[in-house]
Amino acid sequence: MSDFPFLSVLTVAPLVGALVVALLPRHRPELAKQVALGWSLLVLALSVVMWVTWQTGGERFQFRESYPWIPNWGVNFTFAADGIALVMLMLIAVLVPLVILASWHDADGGSGAPTATDRGAGADRQDGPARAGIPATSKRSVPMYFALLLVLECTMIGVFAAADVFLFYVFFEVMLVPMYFLIGSYGGHQRQYAAVKFFLYSLVGGLFMLAAVIGLWVVGGKTFDWVALSQVDISTGTERWLFLGFFLAFAIKAPFFPFHTWLPDAGGAAPAGAAALLVGVLDKVGTFGILRYCLPLFPDAAKWFAPWALALGLIGIIYAALLAVGQNDLKRLVSYTSIAHFGFIGVGIFAFTSQAATGAVLYMVNHGLATGLLFLVVGMLIARRGSALISDFGGAGKLVPVLAGVLFFAGLASLALPGTAPFISEFLVLIGTFTVNKPVAVIATLGIILAAAYVLWMVQRTTQGTLNPALTEVDGMKRDLNLREKVVVAPLIALIVLLGFYPKPVTDVINPAVQATMQDIGRTDPAPSVGNVQEAAK
Amino acid sequence: MTELKLPSIDYAALAPTLIMLGAALVGVLVEAFVPRRLRHVVQLSVALLAVLAALTMVVLNADDRLITIGGAIAVDGPALFLQGAILVLAAMALLLIGERTVERGGAFVAQAAVTAESADDRRQAEGANGLTEVYPLTTFAIGGMLIFVAANDLLTMFIALEVFSLPLYLLCALARRRRLLSQEAALKYFMLGAYASAFFLFGVALVYGFTAGIPDRPAGVDFATVHAAVTDSPASPVLLFAGMALLAIGLLFKAAAAPFHVWTPDVYQGAPTPVTGFMAACTKVAAFGALLRVFHVAFEGARWDFTPVLGVVAVLTMLVGAVLAVTQTDIKRLLAYSSIANAGYLLVGVLAPNSEGVSGTMFYLVAYGFSVLAAFAVVTLVRDADGEATHLSRWAGLGRRSPFYAALFTFILLAFAGIPLTSGFTSKFAVFGPALDGGQAWLVIAGVLTSMVLAFPYLRVVVMMWLSEPGESTPTVTVPGGLTSAALMIGVIATLVLGVAPAPLLDLATGAAEFVR
Repeated sequence: MSDFPFLSVLTVAPLVGALVVALLPRHRPELAKQVALGWSLLVLALSVVMWVTWQTGGERFQFRESYPWIPNWGVNFTFAADGIALVMLMLIAVLVPLVILASWHDADGGSGAPTATDRGAGADRQDGPARAGIPATSKRSVPMYFALLLVLECTMIGVFAAADVFLFYVFFEVMLVPMYFLIGSYGGHQRQYAAVKFFLYSLVGGLFMLAAVIGLWVVGGKTFDWVALSQVDISTGTERWLFLGFFLAFAIKAPFFPFHTWLPDAGGAAPAGAAALLVGVLDKVGTFGILRYCLPLFPDAAKWFAPWALALGLIGIIYAALLAVGQNDLKRLVSYTSIAHFGFIGVGIFAFTSQAATGAVLYMVNHGLATGLLFLVVGMLIARRGSALISDFGGAGKLVPVLAGVLFFAGLASLALPGTAPFISEFLVLIGTFTVNKPVAVIATLGIILAAAYVLWMVQRTTQGTLNPALTEVDGMKRDLNLREKVVVAPLIALIVLLGFYPKPVTDVINPAVQATMQDIGRTDPAPSVGNVQEAAK
Repeated sequence: MTELKLPSIDYAALAPTLIMLGAALVGVLVEAFVPRRLRHVVQLSVALLAVLAALTMVVLNADDRLITIGGAIAVDGPALFLQGAILVLAAMALLLIGERTVERGGAFVAQAAVTAESADDRRQAEGANGLTEVYPLTTFAIGGMLIFVAANDLLTMFIALEVFSLPLYLLCALARRRRLLSQEAALKYFMLGAYASAFFLFGVALVYGFTAGIPDRPAGVDFATVHAAVTDSPASPVLLFAGMALLAIGLLFKAAAAPFHVWTPDVYQGAPTPVTGFMAACTKVAAFGALLRVFHVAFEGARWDFTPVLGVVAVLTMLVGAVLAVTQTDIKRLLAYSSIANAGYLLVGVLAPNSEGVSGTMFYLVAYGFSVLAAFAVVTLVRDADGEATHLSRWAGLGRRSPFYAALFTFILLAFAGIPLTSGFTSKFAVFGPALDGGQAWLVIAGVLTSMVLAFPYLRVVVMMWLSEPGESTPTVTVPGGLTSAALMIGVIATLVLGVAPAPLLDLATGAAEFVR
């Protein structure tokens, strides 16, 4: 079974699904949704098989496949996954079906964001009240929305599965296109501005990377193979420039301060499902890229730039958290919390200890689950109220207790409460950093306090306190979570709790990859043992 | 009595050019002898058949590597590759030129002599059949281009330049609507083009002077002599540099490189759109083919002298094209500035001091030609009662009205922006890679930075089409006739294929990258 070409099949399958869905007739939206959901479940099933087939403690790169593509330039379709890529692929496979299910009515009825007409599975009404601030346009194709989600899944899988720098770059850039149309055509208020800003920021980063990719190709002897390139000796000056080219692209993608300004706009304007994928997975490409390309290919430059990267990470943690406290728009608030979390991941990567790096990778997974959940729940709340402004809520817990409870849980996970998965990763990052760089760890810890502030204050203002009388007049607020929505949130909650108490399956997979990465840059230290981690959990 | 020796002529190797020029003469006879109602069909068939026949001959000659007709013409890899490219792109352009269903009577004026804006003019604009002289004119231009990329001495090159330029000046003036704009464009193009030709000729004279006095060789302007003179000539290098600069001005004018680009937006806007597409695709191939040959064959020895200067021109071209494209509000002018910026990227390939640079440039020319012809094909389709609606504000919401054509145009714009899986990306890689390999990192960085700027105007059009609400005046896309559909689909499919599987064409270009001397 290990000879099965998992990665290429995984990459191509969603694309085929997208074609099928896009070709379905426009007037059969329900069919398109069902096909899309079924297809993404198929991808999930395949990923689970792949996860089971993975040999823990085996080679660093498994499932390697290679087919020639452009021999003139030494470009191959080379796919291979290390532990880090594997867990990210699993995250994608889990999130996409949930996002599709959560977006069931997002593209319906004309208005870009979810309408207030979601009255349970099967109901496909389009008679919701026009929503303030969101242009009521008509005739947006429902099948196209789900096709775009599947195209996005294809490119996301490709970017993590590629082991050829050219191929990685191709997926990295193409990924922009479906996301651009998801935000631009199906987003809410200010979607045009947000879509263009997202596209241009990412494209600028991508072009810096293109220059570096070409440079790497030239100094690396006209090959794009990751393994070959990681053994090339590059002169110090060149190495720093190439590092900078890659790092800029990834820092914009992640995003790190000061390249972050596109994320609140994009996250705020994107439909909730797409936003969950945007911060849950797409942005991880940035941190993944740093781990996979910046560190192993340019180890000396990485060490040289590390203080700067740590500084950017710290600024991001504090600055974004402060901004998050001040937000009045729910989706923008969640976007800012993500930027703060990416600061943590950045610190974890550039601390250069196995503990911190393991924490960072674990954080990438946990953040995908926790913030993905937060975005989806916030999306459900916004769909009911018809507004994303916190000041339009107040005491919502009295009307929709289950939804409020899930929001509270998602918030707690996001602020890394012990017992939830993000706690372990944040803790690992902090102790891993503390052993080598105490001031950084101390400053980063301040971020935890701020996280408590923005999450709890947001929860308080939306679901607790006195009931906002305006809320009772909104039809949507009379409905608590329906079955479909419960099915969406339940797996995420389960995973967050499970990984919060028993992260071993994930850490076992990522540990060898992280250690190999640390060896690439010449740092070795004992990996966190499982005992450590479990102690941390308690 | 000295015996006159005729140079040996390899007719088979020259066949593509001879076929095109012959077809042009046939076209002139058709104008004289075939009844008016049949002319359109006959002329279009003659032109297309000639292009096909010439293309067949290029393919049959594919292995030729020779210099014939007394050293005037070199039939080698680059010449054959570029001739093939010109012919394929010209066939597409001819399909656009021959279209008569999108607009009644075609895109060309019925009688060029009618006073613009007069009552007669309005009557002819309503649907009288367009001129059929455009076909022989186009065929002459194609023939000239075929000589231009194969010319092995500067005088032949000059004659070829005139042979393809003069018909183009005329073609620019023949738009059916907005004729004053069209005539103004033609006059501008002619005046500036005449200056450029004069510069070129003056440059030839100076280079001739420079070649005088080299040992064992009479003076001359064939590339072998010039090549020898660059290293051996006892004459002052000032002659060489001045000659080279003047030649470059003449060629860069045709290539639309800054600061010799000012004609481009006006001419692209004023000319009938099929002709604009023809110029953007085929003239670019011809101009850069000649630049490649002149600088890689004749002046190879002076590489370290011309590279910095041409490098500055390349950077300036990319900057001017990208920055000014941002401010455009007319789709044809936007594409014109985009074509200027692309000339800059092509120059980066020309300046790469290796054969990969040559093959990369040739690949870029083909890829760009397909995309730009498809782009102009779409432009011909978006129209209202007054003809083409080229103002960008009129394109708002086009994605809702005509999602299929808007999607095709979006794809082409993404290709121009260099998104992977389109030919725009592979071709950028094909020129930037060799340039960086050849130590021209600054050109590559300038290229990357301007690409960022240039992405913005393309994206603005995409936003216009998809994310804006259709206005009252949003035109509909005319359902294209078979000819335009064919050209459009060929262009789009080529853009996709060259982006996804560029290897075959790259192989072809790599195998054809060596010049004969």
